Amino acid sequence: MTTAPAMLAPPEAVPQDRMSNGKIGVTCMIISEIAFFGTIIAAYLFYIGRDINGPYPQDVLEVSVAPLKVLFNSIFLLISSVWIWLAIRSMRAGRMGAFIFWWALTVICGAVFLVGTGFEWYGMIVDDGVWMGTNLFGTCFYTLVGFHAFHVTMGLIVLTLILVLALLGHVSPRNIEKVDLVSWYWHFVDGIWIVVFFVVYVFGNQPIQ
Amino acid sequence: MVQMCGCVGWLAGLPLGSTAAGATLPAAPTPSMFDPVGEPAAVILDITWLLIGICGAIGLIMLCLIGFAVLRCRRKEGDHREPAQVYGSNPIELAWTVVPLMIVFVLFMVSARGIFDLEKTSPPEGSLEVTVTGHRWWWEFDYEGLGIVTAGELHVPIDDDGPADLYLTLKSADVAHSFWVPQFGGKMDVIPDRVNHLWLQVDRPGVFVGQCAEYCGNQHANMLITVIVEPRAEFDAWVAAQQREAVEDPAVAAGKRLFLRTSCINCHTVRGTVANGTFAPDLTHLMSRSTIGSGVVPNTPENLREWVWDPQLVKPGCEMPSMKLSRDEVDLVCSWLETLK
Amino acid sequence: MSVLQKPAGPPAATGPVPFLSRMHEWVTTVDHKKLGTMYVTCGIVYLIIAGLEATMMRWQLAWPGQEVLSPEEFNRLFTMHGTTMVFFVGMPILLGAANVLIPLMIGARDLAFPRLNAFGFWLFFFGSLLLYFSYFGGQGLYGMGSAPDVGWFAYAPLTERTFSRGHSTDYWILGIFVAGIGSTATGINFIATILGMRCKGMTLMKMPLLAWIMLIDSVLIVVALPPLAAGQIMLLFDRLLGAHFFDAQAGGSALLWQNIFWFFGHPEVYILILPGFAFVTEIIPVFSRKVIFGYPLMVAATVAIGFISVGVWAHHMFAVGLSPMLNAIFMGSTMLVGVPTGIKMFNWVATMIGGKIRFETPMLYSTGFLCQFLLGGLTGIFLATVPFDWQVSDSYFVVGHFHYVLFGGLVFAIFAAVYYWFPKVTGRLLNERLGKWQFWLLLIGFNLTFGPMHVSGMLGMPRRIYTYHLDRGWEFWNLLSSIGVIIQLVGFSLFAWNVLHSLFKGRIAGDDPWDAWTLEWSTTSPPPAHNFDEDPVVHSRRPLWDLKHPDDPDWKYE
Ligand code: HEA
Ligand code: HEA
Ligand code: HEC
Ligand code: CUA
Ligand SMILES: [Cu+2]
Repeated sequence: MTTAPAMLAPPEAVPQDRMSNGKIGVTCMIISEIAFFGTIIAAYLFYIGRDINGPYPQDVLEVSVAPLKVLFNSIFLLISSVWIWLAIRSMRAGRMGAFIFWWALTVICGAVFLVGTGFEWYGMIVDDGVWMGTNLFGTCFYTLVGFHAFHVTMGLIVLTLILVLALLGHVSPRNIEKVDLVSWYWHFVDGIWIVVFFVVYVFGNQPIQ
Repeated sequence: MVQMCGCVGWLAGLPLGSTAAGATLPAAPTPSMFDPVGEPAAVILDITWLLIGICGAIGLIMLCLIGFAVLRCRRKEGDHREPAQVYGSNPIELAWTVVPLMIVFVLFMVSARGIFDLEKTSPPEGSLEVTVTGHRWWWEFDYEGLGIVTAGELHVPIDDDGPADLYLTLKSADVAHSFWVPQFGGKMDVIPDRVNHLWLQVDRPGVFVGQCAEYCGNQHANMLITVIVEPRAEFDAWVAAQQREAVEDPAVAAGKRLFLRTSCINCHTVRGTVANGTFAPDLTHLMSRSTIGSGVVPNTPENLREWVWDPQLVKPGCEMPSMKLSRDEVDLVCSWLETLK
Repeated sequence: MSVLQKPAGPPAATGPVPFLSRMHEWVTTVDHKKLGTMYVTCGIVYLIIAGLEATMMRWQLAWPGQEVLSPEEFNRLFTMHGTTMVFFVGMPILLGAANVLIPLMIGARDLAFPRLNAFGFWLFFFGSLLLYFSYFGGQGLYGMGSAPDVGWFAYAPLTERTFSRGHSTDYWILGIFVAGIGSTATGINFIATILGMRCKGMTLMKMPLLAWIMLIDSVLIVVALPPLAAGQIMLLFDRLLGAHFFDAQAGGSALLWQNIFWFFGHPEVYILILPGFAFVTEIIPVFSRKVIFGYPLMVAATVAIGFISVGVWAHHMFAVGLSPMLNAIFMGSTMLVGVPTGIKMFNWVATMIGGKIRFETPMLYSTGFLCQFLLGGLTGIFLATVPFDWQVSDSYFVVGHFHYVLFGGLVFAIFAAVYYWFPKVTGRLLNERLGKWQFWLLLIGFNLTFGPMHVSGMLGMPRRIYTYHLDRGWEFWNLLSSIGVIIQLVGFSLFAWNVLHSLFKGRIAGDDPWDAWTLEWSTTSPPPAHNFDEDPVVHSRRPLWDLKHPDDPDWKYE
């Protein structure tokens, strides 16, 4: 083919400033997770106060004491978001030692949260006798909190894996993007917990009118 | 694939085309929404004509445009030049955004009025109130004011002075069903955790049919509704008969004893006896019904015997088991059932 | 010269490759073209399976009181037919076509995450096997096994343990759930690919419309499938762990399931039809020899459809007794979808008018699509009108409506796409003559089958009934429907023969058999594993047009 006449020279083709595939992918994954949790949360809200037999949330979640216990628990999870943020910052700055420290702290806090949830469930199942089939409250509670805990567990597994790799020296500042994406996921898990907390322990725990 | 041969038989006998079922049911017109017998159905029909007009016109115009393109814009043989490239036109595109918007707006306003007119939250003055309960797979009609409970067939009175209102309260005993008699008006679902209401109207006597319209399992197809609209006098007579307790006929006492000894009583009610089950149709006035099994077969002595012998042959999959009575016992029970006028 | 270099073509074959290693290659592949082909092939196989299921149903319904099938068998058949058609025909074919086309059209080497792509395919594949395995394992220990019989939208509480014993419903849940995760992953993959991997010069507004539509489609997949997954998990907990989400006896709500399902279900039907739109949007301009009319408005309409379609779900629930206000609101939003859809219709027709149309098979199917989708869309507006819907909801009118959009729309668009892109994927053309025969047979058979359903619906015939009485006056219309299926059967058989035959004996296509304009036609047919030898650079929406008409390139007008 001949070269086009000069006056028809095409406009400069701009190279597409490529957004990072990984970032788009993880963002979309988080959106789909939000849609998933949104549905379960909607079901939870829908069923608040519709139980036809006890024990009711008020009996089990113990209006005065438990929120403190759960709050204590939650603080560990929420603060871990700060630790992981610090870890990423250290990694950006190339301080791998600091990275490992903050990362490990994140893992510990996440684990404490899980253990706390375990104790809470133990109490509810053994002492209060509430399980999935007991009533609507049990159904919704274990599904919602359970799925959140499941996500925390998955996150912890990945975090631990990275920690081990980092300790073995296989993680370097070059891997920042991937590690950063893991931290996005962790922030998401934390963010969802704030919503779950308000739904389950605040709205869902009002005294019966 | 049980009875492939059934179909071969059909292929061979196509012109005959008659299966026993339904042959002697009371004659009812096709449940067509184009043949309304009351205001709700008529209002809906008006909206339907409007829809047919508007959408028909849109469809026709579009088909003409497509037809024009197909017939007139073909490539001619040997023509290898490309046509003029038209990239778009703002005014034209604006036009076909705004015009449909306006059409949609008109349609919306008209139908929204229809919704608010038809969806009544309280019964109109003087209407007959009936609580309808959907069961798998039969309908229970409870005339609360009159103390009558019946199954499968709904009786509605009509006076000379104009249409009669009917206000149904809809409940479900198990899964979701839907109450639909097209000639009276739209359908309304019957949902276990809800109580719904439906306003219908009838303006002439006759027999009208409909059926359950929400899939509810095996026998969904045979969850039929028969509505008998009759003059006030006939209705009153029917009410008076229904309000009586079961007939006591010493000639068939043996059949009754057998019935009461069998577990029939766990599911069925016969007022005036110890049978008070609510799982199944009330049999107190079984003989006043023209069909059994919610309309599957006409209520004839043979069909009744067949039913009590093994309901699964008549309505395969229905919730009444074969009671494993002997033929004699079936006769005995049925001779008593046949006195339940 | 041009930036669009043709690759040297596939490497010359060196002797026949042993069967096992060829299979091994297909099973382990992460190549988007291979995976796409596998998706589409599976989809077409399921189309035939589900079509045969429908044929049996029509046989049973051809005449009142037939006993071809028992009620249980009939109920399983329509459940499996609907479920298969939606999840294992529509979804894989559209995901597969997008798989093949997106990277080729935007000038990329592959999808953003090739291994995730393979993962998605295998999830779909095993999910579908799981569903069909229910025919053997459905009842658990209670006998021969059976498929689910709860309908494709599986309304609670019919799906609860009380009413659905055995495990057939569990298979329904798990099969769809697994496949759904795969589809979500693939949707994410598409978004990342379209946003992140376009070639040099291809700004968002220079993308082929197919890429735009698939972008919106993928967004819908990502927001609509997870709610279904959540709902299914709740149902599974009800069935296996004794939870009470949808158990009316314990305060659970049947309506909650309906809301969750249709919140997924309505976007799902748009997820299915949007790729159909995408195919005809690419095909109509090429065969009309004209640029698509109103590109920016097409993009806007697609976005609008995406937005509106997540806010209309309650139009499937007009008969459940919502308040008049809610009914009116959802009626309004539903009717509103007609406007952007109409814009698309008008733009397609405007593209044709003034063109020089060549009626080769892809264009024939596209024209069929236009007419039939128009009718299906208009009956959709009928249904959106609440008072009318109160009459015909859950009747055969609805069955007529959705076959006009799904078969008359989607399947016709799929055939258009198959005839159009088959040469690109295989290097050989499908037979035109057989294709035209198939088109006319399907057109007639289709309308004969599904046209009368509108009538029988308005005459009071509910859907999902395995039999009906003679006195209802529906037998004539049902007989017509059933006769139509026979004609369709012939049409489908022609297609099966055409594909098998052309695969080996078809005419060699060459790189650009249709004289088309988008990037995929600039590489060889079939394309090499790396798609393009040199990264393409584009200056307009129709890079090959620019190349073929250097004196009058597109970028002057955009
Ligand atoms: C490909 C799938 C697809 C598509 C694209 C559509 C498109 C539409 N559908 Fe359909 N629908 C289904 C698949 C689809 N549907 C299925 C599967 C069901 C049944 C599910 C089940 O119960 O099993 C269903 C059921 C269904 C119902 C519920 C019926 C019931 O169960 O009671 C309703 C009600 O509103 C509805 C409406 C619409 C509307 C308004 C559109 C619109 O998007 C149509 C828009 C198109 C046009 C209007 C035509 C072109 C426009 C113009 C020419 C412009 C001018 C027009 C106007 C101004 C009006 N559909
Ligand atoms: C893409 C979607 C799609 C498609 C294409 C079809 C295609 C067909 N459907 Fe579909 N249908 C649905 C989606 C679809 N359907 C859905 C979602 C439902 C709702 C289900 C529910 O209620 O839960 C439904 C329900 C439904 C019903 C209602 C059932 C009921 O409510 O009782 C009926 C009844 O007639 C029906 C009939 C048909 C027929 C006759 C075809 C025909 O067009 C099929 C034609 C195909 C063939 C005839 C196959 C050809 C096979 C060969 C040629 C084999 C040869 C092969 C080799 C030799 C290798 N369908
Ligand atoms: C397990 C519960 C059960 C038992 C026991 C039972 N039935 Fe039934 N019966 C039903 C149900 C449910 C129906 C409604 C079936 C349908 O229409 O789908 C029915 C319907 C009937 C009908 C038809 C009523 C009508 O109006 O359509 C008759 C008659 C009848 N039963 C008689 C009997 C007799 C006689 C016995 C005992 C020998 C008996 N039934 C035992 C559940 C039961
Ligand atoms: Cu009751 Cu269908
Ligand atoms: Cu919809």
